[in-house]
Amino acid sequence: MINLCAAVLLLLSFAMISQRRTVALVDLFTAQGVTLAVSTLVVALGTGQRHMYYSAALTFALKVIVLPVILRRLIRRLGVQWEAESRLDVTVTMIIGLLVVIFAFGLAEPISALATTVTRSTLGIALAVVLLSFLMMITRRKAVSQVIGFLAMENGLFFAAASATYGMPMLIEFGIALDVLVAVFVLGVFFFQIREQFDSLDLQHLESLKEK
Amino acid sequence: MIVAFTNQLLELAVALLAAPLLLGWVNQCRAWLQNRRAPSLWLPYRNYRKLFHKDAVLAANASPLFRAAPYVVFGSMVVAAAIIPSLGSALPFSRVADAIALVGLFATARMFMALAAMDIGTAFGTLGARREMMIGFLAEPALLMVIFTASLISSSTSLAAISDTLVSRELAIYPSLAFAAIAFLLVLLAENARIPVDNPATHLELTMIHEAMLLEYSARHLALMEWAAALKLFNYAAIGFALFIPWGIAGRDAGLVELLYAAPLLAVKLLCAGAVLALIETLSAKLRIFRAPEFLATAFLFAVLGMLVHLLLGS
Repeated sequence: MINLCAAVLLLLSFAMISQRRTVALVDLFTAQGVTLAVSTLVVALGTGQRHMYYSAALTFALKVIVLPVILRRLIRRLGVQWEAESRLDVTVTMIIGLLVVIFAFGLAEPISALATTVTRSTLGIALAVVLLSFLMMITRRKAVSQVIGFLAMENGLFFAAASATYGMPMLIEFGIALDVLVAVFVLGVFFFQIREQFDSLDLQHLESLKEK
Repeated sequence: MIVAFTNQLLELAVALLAAPLLLGWVNQCRAWLQNRRAPSLWLPYRNYRKLFHKDAVLAANASPLFRAAPYVVFGSMVVAAAIIPSLGSALPFSRVADAIALVGLFATARMFMALAAMDIGTAFGTLGARREMMIGFLAEPALLMVIFTASLISSSTSLAAISDTLVSRELAIYPSLAFAAIAFLLVLLAENARIPVDNPATHLELTMIHEAMLLEYSARHLALMEWAAALKLFNYAAIGFALFIPWGIAGRDAGLVELLYAAPLLAVKLLCAGAVLALIETLSAKLRIFRAPEFLATAFLFAVLGMLVHLLLGS
């Protein structure tokens, strides 16, 4: 069951990499949140640790309800519903993604050989999700998709924590959740600033910050 | 031994007879879904009979290769049908060729079809042949990866052994096989000239691939080519059943009774598969030809992911 969740998570990461439209990215991010919550719940049921239940509830509230709502509202207020990534070679990105996954699996193998948890084999997938989100942030030009990539990376880290050590202590989890929430707010403010400055959310413009 | 040979012959007969029916069924479902009046289920048969009774017309500059190609294509599809376990897995023939040879058989058929299409020298044939080779070289690795995933699980490349192993596993969703199944579906659509990649219902479009290669054929040659296309669809469906829903295929040491039980199950599977295929074709729009590599790259990705997930998670 946890393996199935891990596989779905990996699949969703690839779907995010190959998705051009920003609104669809938010949907995929929501789906990733649901999968994450379900997998945390599965771990909680399997191990009987109480804090994992809270963690699953927190994940669901934050990543399935709050963050997608904020992102959707941001996209609507920025008026970029129909915007799509124009220069994105999906085939090449996917093949690079495959190499990244192989790298992550190779990297995780010695670690998971040492671990004793029942979920140790999913560590490679968690690592792959992190690296794939990283790849997504690198290949994207639009600010909103980069932020979604950042949030997806956090999902991967959370899954890694859940699979390697049965979750972090409650306090740290709350801290991270708050951090992510604040980050989205701050980045939302940034979006408006960027757009006011350059009339677009294309981060290419940020590369030439010279006085003319 | 006798049972095995009966199985072999029965399977060949079923493949040859059921393939046009499957095609007719898919066309019928498509017509229903599109609110048209459906053509008869037997239309492919009538079409073949009509074509076999006509006199063949050959272009003046057709080489012997052009005349031989329909027989080679049809022959390789029949051999492929003999390897794939659709009713029972006790196939004497399957010892001769494994799943990798099967992919090779499909490649042989494709190559002869493309050569024959180029043979006459018309623009349409060459265009179709080039496109077919492009689709083929992208779809083949994905198909091989799907087969490798299944053969890693059962540690054999023989399709009969694979379906035997898979049928005896406990019932659960295996992520690796689920990925492989999606990849296989995408390859099936691309290889059988189905809608997202090619439109099987057209003869006069600049976007056609498979039909463009058959434009110069007539009479018995055309009938063989079309029958081979129907067989190819049936073969792909049978591979899909053997890999992903092997329940109902009679095992290695099954008797005649089990074979008889397997037949109605196969019919049910084919009916479902045909309906699903028609549904997919109705719901999706045809891709631009330049988007086809992306489509097949996705198939390859799914197949490789399936294999990686199997290696990592062991499920």
